[in-house]
Amino acid sequence: MTKNAARTTGSMQVKRGLAEMLKGGVIMDVVNSEQAKIAEDAGAVAVMALERVPADIRRDGGVARMSDPEMIMAIQACCTIPVMAKARIGHFVEAQILQSLGVDFIDESEVLTPADETHHIDKMAFDTPFVCGATNLGEALRRISEGAALIRSKGEAGTGNVVEAVRHLRNIFGDIRKITQADSAELFDWAKKLGAPLPLVQEIAETGLLQVPLFCAGGIATPADAALAMQLGAQSVFVGSGIFKSDDPSPRAKAIVEATTHFMDADILAKVSRNLGAPMTGIGMDQINERYAERGW
Amino acid sequence: MKVGILALQGAFAVHEEMLQSLGANTVQVRTPQDLNAVDALVMPGGESTTMSHLLSTSQLFDPIAERIEDAMPVFGTCAGMILLAKSIADGRPDQRSYGAIDIDIQRNAYGRQVESFETDLDVDGLQTPFHAMFIRAPQVIRVGLDVEVLSTHEDKVVLARQGSVMVASFHPELTSDNRIHSLFLQEV
Repeated sequence: MTKNAARTTGSMQVKRGLAEMLKGGVIMDVVNSEQAKIAEDAGAVAVMALERVPADIRRDGGVARMSDPEMIMAIQACCTIPVMAKARIGHFVEAQILQSLGVDFIDESEVLTPADETHHIDKMAFDTPFVCGATNLGEALRRISEGAALIRSKGEAGTGNVVEAVRHLRNIFGDIRKITQADSAELFDWAKKLGAPLPLVQEIAETGLLQVPLFCAGGIATPADAALAMQLGAQSVFVGSGIFKSDDPSPRAKAIVEATTHFMDADILAKVSRNLGAPMTGIGMDQINERYAERGW
Repeated sequence: MKVGILALQGAFAVHEEMLQSLGANTVQVRTPQDLNAVDALVMPGGESTTMSHLLSTSQLFDPIAERIEDAMPVFGTCAGMILLAKSIADGRPDQRSYGAIDIDIQRNAYGRQVESFETDLDVDGLQTPFHAMFIRAPQVIRVGLDVEVLSTHEDKVVLARQGSVMVASFHPELTSDNRIHSLFLQEV
């Protein structure tokens, strides 16, 4: 055997590699170590450490920022699965702090109050992978060109209402399907319409696939919601307020994990959906005064 | 001849593409019925705690143990390797493994995601180095005498075989190089 080659860390392939490992799983929002343990026990593939779940951010109003590092570290210390945390859109110093904490994925999130109304974080400058939200294909491709290793549909966080997540998934997959039918001249117009780099649009025309995994977030509250997102083409689900704002979080968390794996099997979905207690109450879109999904540019 | 890919969670889709690129007939395994239809099984990377949990809830743990006992060829990468190991040094108390290969494992031994890396490996039986991805990878901390070591990195065993069981701590499915999968299919 010859001497082994050196290690290369922080490459795009290594970042996307972790996103691949999270596929077919559920990433759960948690606000303390007890919730993190419940999430890991239920089979979560990762937890999102944050001080307030989106439903509470929505209720409290004010400026929502990165969580206290102490709280993130307490969650890192108590579980063995990957820990994600959120930085404000454009707040690259919060991202630097999260990288220094050894957070496994940074979510540049519209759920927090944006720090920059023009620019997102230059995610290429980090070794830690980033996940970003998108409502449509153009937004997804702009985030990918900035270095995001994973895209999630934004949905409308903290509402317990899946309607926006469905809209965003249909937008993204619908446009991908149309682009695969476009001829080479039409791709220039697609790039212009989407506000997205032409080479990325051309790549999609060829492969029919987004360059990074696409997960669903924003409004998932039941096992059936999770399976709906998966059948629409999402590769994993983020569940925020939907678990810990429900009556009985642990069985609901387990049921959503099983539903995400067996998303095509209605018999299993029927079985796991039984006796879960009340889901989070939820809000209709006409009752909210601020749409987080509109944050991001 | 059908090769199953355990599809409860993780990087099963890329494994399937790679096996298909080698002409294998593949099927995703999520239920005991799916398992009955396969002659070999790939256990992919992902979160080993999640997979261990889903193996139980999906009534797959024991049927897979029986098939491994009957010498069904299995190939475990990363989380799949953890599931096939004899013991897990820092697993959750309720985490189960098959003990199908005589190695002990430490999870996330290289650290968090910022320590994940890619590198070139020399592999027994391959003429040129294999480019490997290590994602929050486990480390082999003990190797039994009957285990055949196929590759090491920084003095740690990263690819090994015992009987019909092959394990890798890295992710051969994340590159476009299908030579490791080809080594596995030669056993099938």
